[in-house]
Amino acid sequence: MVENRPITTFCSHAVLICGIAIVVFPIWITFVAASHDAVRMTQTPLPLLPGDQFFVNLKDTFIKGVGNAREQSVGLMLMNSLIMAMMIAVGKIFISLLSAFAIVYFRFPFRMGFFWMIFVTLMLPVEVRILPTFEVVANLGMLNNYWGLSIPLIASATATFMFRQVFLTVPDELLEAARIDGAGPMRFFKDILVPVSRTNIAALFVILFIYGWNQYLWPLLITTDKNMYTIVMGIKQMLEAAEESPEWHLIMMTTLLAMLPPVAVVVGMQKLFIKGLTETEK
Amino acid sequence: MAEVILEKVVKAYGKTEVIHGISTAIADGEFIVIVGPSGCGKSTVLRMIAGLEKISGGIIRIDGREVNNLEPKDRDIAMVFQNYALYPHMTVFNNMAYGLKLRKFTKDEIKHRVDQAAQLLQLDGLLERKPRQLSGGQRQRVAMGRCIVREPKVFLFDEPLSNLDAKLRVQMRLELRKLHERLKVTSIYVTHDQVEAMTLGDRLIVINEGAAEQIGSPLELYEKPATKFVAGFIGSPSMNFIEARLSRDGQSANIQGDVRLALSDDGAPDFGDRKVIIGIRPEHFNISESNPQAIPLSVDHIEILGADTMVYGRFADTPDLITIRLPDIHHFKSEKVLPLSVAPDKIHIFNKDTGARI
Ligand SMILES: Nc1ncnc2c1ncn2[C@@H]1O[C@H](COP(=O)(O)OP(=O)(O)OP(=O)(O)O)[C@@H](O)[C@H]1O
Ligand SMILES: [Mg+2]
Repeated sequence: MVENRPITTFCSHAVLICGIAIVVFPIWITFVAASHDAVRMTQTPLPLLPGDQFFVNLKDTFIKGVGNAREQSVGLMLMNSLIMAMMIAVGKIFISLLSAFAIVYFRFPFRMGFFWMIFVTLMLPVEVRILPTFEVVANLGMLNNYWGLSIPLIASATATFMFRQVFLTVPDELLEAARIDGAGPMRFFKDILVPVSRTNIAALFVILFIYGWNQYLWPLLITTDKNMYTIVMGIKQMLEAAEESPEWHLIMMTTLLAMLPPVAVVVGMQKLFIKGLTETEK
Repeated sequence: MAEVILEKVVKAYGKTEVIHGISTAIADGEFIVIVGPSGCGKSTVLRMIAGLEKISGGIIRIDGREVNNLEPKDRDIAMVFQNYALYPHMTVFNNMAYGLKLRKFTKDEIKHRVDQAAQLLQLDGLLERKPRQLSGGQRQRVAMGRCIVREPKVFLFDEPLSNLDAKLRVQMRLELRKLHERLKVTSIYVTHDQVEAMTLGDRLIVINEGAAEQIGSPLELYEKPATKFVAGFIGSPSMNFIEARLSRDGQSANIQGDVRLALSDDGAPDFGDRKVIIGIRPEHFNISESNPQAIPLSVDHIEILGADTMVYGRFADTPDLITIRLPDIHHFKSEKVLPLSVAPDKIHIFNKDTGARI
């Protein structure tokens, strides 16, 4: 139902503006806090307008480093997060594409059994199986490295499900045409199935990248080496600066920086992302 | 180019048999059309020849070689699908070139063949477009092009024109026929449209419920349908069937009461005095005012189509309406009685129990 009465237009816009304000306000505060010096941030009332220290703070976080003893490099933490999020997103997509391909296109014994096994992992996110998973990762010697950070998070079923649904909508005739053209299974996968699902892959990439980027508990558990800290857990560590008041201006600057890559990914892939979530035509 | 031979080909899904042993030999360069009502198994037959469907019994040979266990790509066939099945992310050029690339043709050879096919199909300017930027007819041609470039031994078509509008369908039908005359590749074409079947095919295979009812040239099927099913399926509007009793000498048929139809000289004496089904095509009735033997038809209603007039009516009190097609425009009131005659050689007689031609 589409209505064009001015009052409804006004109301819907008012609601939208309220919603946006609620989302944007904390980000604004973060930005404001990141642009004042340390002293101003300890005084009340807290500022609502930006100060003039933004670039000084930016330089400080990058060059001097953050944390208690200025021993953590924001650049390194950003890099760690980026590598982890990338490995999780790419790894998940790769594995899920293959497993969905197997489930949809091959008739092997216990096919449904495997399908349900994958399904069950939906109910077992890392947080639920954190102790045994830690044990396994530790035994495999993957503490404090990128593999340990990403592999346990890669194993999950959501993406497999999504690709299964996507593949089920690909017309059978495409497979048959490819078979007649002489494509074997992996050829068909590489030349036709993956390109045909590329918008869905992009959409999933966005979601999984942010999922990986926002990981907190798992990196906290398995990294003890400061060189492996991710940005999200780094922020938390900065808050716990023992016996000193937290350096809010630097923390907020780091937070701002931590928000940028996910935003960049969303903005950069927006077109494909929306297509992938809405387009059904194959 | 090659001949295709089916020997007692059977297909069963689990316990249900859907194709009950079809045998036929398709000659080199022939254009064969498989027709039949929806669900009779036309696509299944075609897909078994393509190798997309395993066969449950019998033998399929292409060019003398048994292909029962060969993959589709090794059978040297090409297929056009009803919805074209073009690769949506590839350009027209790549759609056509894909099969050649996989067969490791050189770049130059691929380009040469695709260009040639594009020219033949008038796709010259469209090679860089994606399928979704094409009209239905153009997509159909790309699907054809994908087959032509491979230069296969056999073309298979599964209702390739059914997604086009009526006008385009007529045009593409003509183009297909011309293309076949140029390339002379053995073609097997599935359709449920009998006009397509009659105009395209050198020979037709009429399938009913998984069995081949008759195989023959379009005219053979029209003039001498082997069964009541074929008689009703071929020809539009379809043949009138009337129950009748043959006279003792088999020279005439009693429709009801006194209404008699004279049969051709040889008649059907073997079936004398038996109940049979008489088949007469709507276009084979004539109005003959002066003929004392004429059978009276009482008009129910008419449809004036311009070139023809369709008259619907009843003989005496036969339960079903009889359809008659008269050339030119006529205005008949309902209840009017028309005296009709039929040339004896245009009357078909079928066994009432088996439906076979007598
Ligand atoms: N996978 C299957 N399992 C069981 N039965 C099937 C299967 N595929 C087809 N059939 C049956 O086989 C019969 C023939 O199907 P087919 O697709 O060959 O019909 P068709 O003549 O091509 O019909 P249409 O003109 O509607 O395309 C149908 O009765 C159908 O129900
Ligand atoms: Mg079909």
